Amino acid sequence: MLDHELINRTLGTALRTGGDFAEVFVEDKRSSSATLDDGRVEELTSGRDRGAGIRVVVGETTGFAHTADLTEAGLRKAAEAAAAAARGGGGGVREVAVRSVEGIRPHPVRIPPEDVAKATKVELLTLADAAARAEGSAITQVSARYGDSRRRILVANSDGLLAEDDQVRTLFSVSCVATGDTGLQTGRESTGRTVGFELFDDADVDDMARRAARRAITKLGARPAPSGAMPVVVGPGGGGVLFHEACGHGLEADLVAKSASVFAGRVGDAVATPLVTLIDDGTMAGEWGQFAIDDEGRPASRNVLIQDGVLTDYMWDHLRARKEGRPSSGNGRRQSYQHLPMVRMTNTYISNGDDDPADIISSTDHGVYVAQLGGGQVNTATGDFVFGMTEAYLIEHGEITEPIREGNLIGNGPEVLTRIDALGNDFAMGSPGTCGKDGQGVPVGDGTPTLRVTSLTVGGTAA
Amino acid sequence: MDELIDIAERIAGRARDGEQVEAFVVHERETEIRAYGGAVESLTSAESQGVGVRVVAGGRQGYAYAGTLDARALEETLSEARDNAMFAEPDEFNGVALPDGVAAADLDLFDASLAAFSTDDKIALAIELERATLAADPRICGIESAEYVDTVHESAVATSTGIRSSTRETGCYLSAYSLAEADGETQTGFGFSIGRGPAVLDPAKAAADAAERATRLLGSVKPASGRVTVVLDPWVTAQLLGIIGHTLTGDAVQRGRSLFADRVGETVAVTDFELVDDATDPDAFTASMVDGEGLATRRTPLVVDGVLQGYLHNSYSARRGHTASTGSAVRSGFKGAPGVGAQSLALTPGPRSQAELIAGVDDGLLVQGVSGLHSGVNPVSGDFSTGAEGLRIRNGELAEPLRELTIASTIQRLLLDIEAIGSDLEFLPMSAAGVTLVVADVMMSGV
Repeated sequence: MLDHELINRTLGTALRTGGDFAEVFVEDKRSSSATLDDGRVEELTSGRDRGAGIRVVVGETTGFAHTADLTEAGLRKAAEAAAAAARGGGGGVREVAVRSVEGIRPHPVRIPPEDVAKATKVELLTLADAAARAEGSAITQVSARYGDSRRRILVANSDGLLAEDDQVRTLFSVSCVATGDTGLQTGRESTGRTVGFELFDDADVDDMARRAARRAITKLGARPAPSGAMPVVVGPGGGGVLFHEACGHGLEADLVAKSASVFAGRVGDAVATPLVTLIDDGTMAGEWGQFAIDDEGRPASRNVLIQDGVLTDYMWDHLRARKEGRPSSGNGRRQSYQHLPMVRMTNTYISNGDDDPADIISSTDHGVYVAQLGGGQVNTATGDFVFGMTEAYLIEHGEITEPIREGNLIGNGPEVLTRIDALGNDFAMGSPGTCGKDGQGVPVGDGTPTLRVTSLTVGGTAA
Repeated sequence: MDELIDIAERIAGRARDGEQVEAFVVHERETEIRAYGGAVESLTSAESQGVGVRVVAGGRQGYAYAGTLDARALEETLSEARDNAMFAEPDEFNGVALPDGVAAADLDLFDASLAAFSTDDKIALAIELERATLAADPRICGIESAEYVDTVHESAVATSTGIRSSTRETGCYLSAYSLAEADGETQTGFGFSIGRGPAVLDPAKAAADAAERATRLLGSVKPASGRVTVVLDPWVTAQLLGIIGHTLTGDAVQRGRSLFADRVGETVAVTDFELVDDATDPDAFTASMVDGEGLATRRTPLVVDGVLQGYLHNSYSARRGHTASTGSAVRSGFKGAPGVGAQSLALTPGPRSQAELIAGVDDGLLVQGVSGLHSGVNPVSGDFSTGAEGLRIRNGELAEPLRELTIASTIQRLLLDIEAIGSDLEFLPMSAAGVTLVVADVMMSGV
């Protein structure tokens, strides 16, 4: 993407005021999307974002600047701005010679989205619209979105590292509104993978649309959700969001370093029931949070965070790892070249347990079964977290009975981890997500088998 | 700024016969300084620009963007938008805005003193904010973040239909997230100070708020479940109003996604509830002279005496609804076509302060913060459930802090269960102003 000599000169400029470390991150991202709403293909959007972010570290201080101008002059100006921002005391000239890291291969893409005709992408939308509406006249509105992106990145730093990746992601979602005597209800389904248009070899748009429609229709008959603490069973796939919030964020080393995590200082402790093994894995082929290198040039890796209930490690980026004299775990990510990297999750999941999911439900006398989750939020310092239920049912006498209306559940991460008393053998990945932290969004995946928490607070309106 | 409008006009001027072209051009400069441990943790100095082009031909709409203003990219963006339009389906109401003769309010949103404010002064403010937060209370044990941020935003919209508008705005803020600790328990709190220029920034106030919000939650317990009266802090009310604003857009109504559809003229809230969207209010941090399509912003009463008056419109939803745009086209950057949205909602304040309102509550909860509004509130159905933290109110007085609870109702019911609106109207860095709101009979879920 950039000539090696130009990179060396840019890094040299960045280090001119005495920096300990300098990095050039170059990104060229093309995105396209098409939306259908109200029975009509509404709009196609496409765009390109290209630029470089330059980071200089001096002691504890990071200077950062970015530019959309990838000429030598543009890069020099950004490097000087980053160096001025970091303001080291030293001076002089440091030579940098970057060398390509061997053996990094971008995830193979069989059908590059840019080679697919726009008309073909648009057809998927009309197919989804028709399929959703075929579920019945209660479906009064359907929207669908197709999106793809190709993100080429190059990372080079003053340690001599030079690595590149080519990340292609494809996404499809359908949202439906159902109208009934009780008002309006919604249903949503989405799929997204780090692959090209071959996503649709496996993802059945027709089936997704029908599921979204049925979800909205089912909820028309939903009764108010209960309130108070009770057992909660989370279906396969869905529970990933729970762990993402309950402990994922709290295991990010930048928050740990500031004591802004309830998991600070707890490596080696039993933090969960022995059923729980939590893994963050950026190498999972084709998953939404996968990549070949992170946004600091480290190869993606598989990191066991909790092994049989014992906290084994945090997730690390370059800066935090360097301070601790250990390698990064490949979790340094950023939204774009306009952002500084920080510690982020990739694909975070709980591996399979031994329980039959049917037994987990039948052994629950009363509680809530959450079939689909809808995002969440956590305060890592207190451990309190919420997550939404977008499809849920009552469990009565060991059986899933009536649907309940939407709402949040609230719990405390360290407490919830010790209350997981059943784990199914039906592992599944959940829906593609965008994880937000400090205003930056990055694609993440998650997954779990069916699991039960003995007590979580359900935020409904019924007594 | 002349340069931006020139670029926009050049693109719009390329419209062919039977084609409408709109160009939105933006240029921003931002400085972000994070302080930690009495020094600069990071300093970002950023300059970014971009263009978004909308083409409507034969009722079909296409959009394209580029994160640069170089001539070749502009050319490619226009032809890409044109190509995209060919694959969309026609809609008779599609089109860019037409000049409507409404004069833009004369607002001064640009503080020239920001340009003269040196990086050293900005660093000093960030470091002072961190120091003041740590010093505000002995129980403050750390800082999650303490930052100074400023932005200079310039943008222009031009269309082949004769719209030509531009705007420039400055803004800066200080924000602190503190960590408080006592008896092994940690709590967090935030505080901020915002303005168009650095002169009004008040690190002492931001620090005191961040410290108080964290320390007053220390010793918190999880409550028993039950129905209570909730007193929403202005910060929380503003977030609720933001969601309500979303349901009052012509777009949501016309597409069958609003619980307020077909309800104009009906009572939707208590009589004291008067909601206006007014981006021409110079006190609002979200004030602007023009909307995302280049039309003048204006004052739009949405609910008066509890009765729904109408909806917010951009030019598309106005045409479709056979009405006029309310100057409510909003953009989130240059990467998408403008939608419809509230810009500066505010309730008419009532006569009593928050303290007076609390004194009138026998059994309740002062809600200091909420979480998971995106996951537990459905603006289509109206289902409302959110994580919350705050202080118990007993016999008119603040009592023990509460945590790990939810409050739930429906948007429809909340508006009819409002008992009082505070006198403490406060403009915040979001699309709605804050004010204390007292709502009866809300389900609090805890143990």
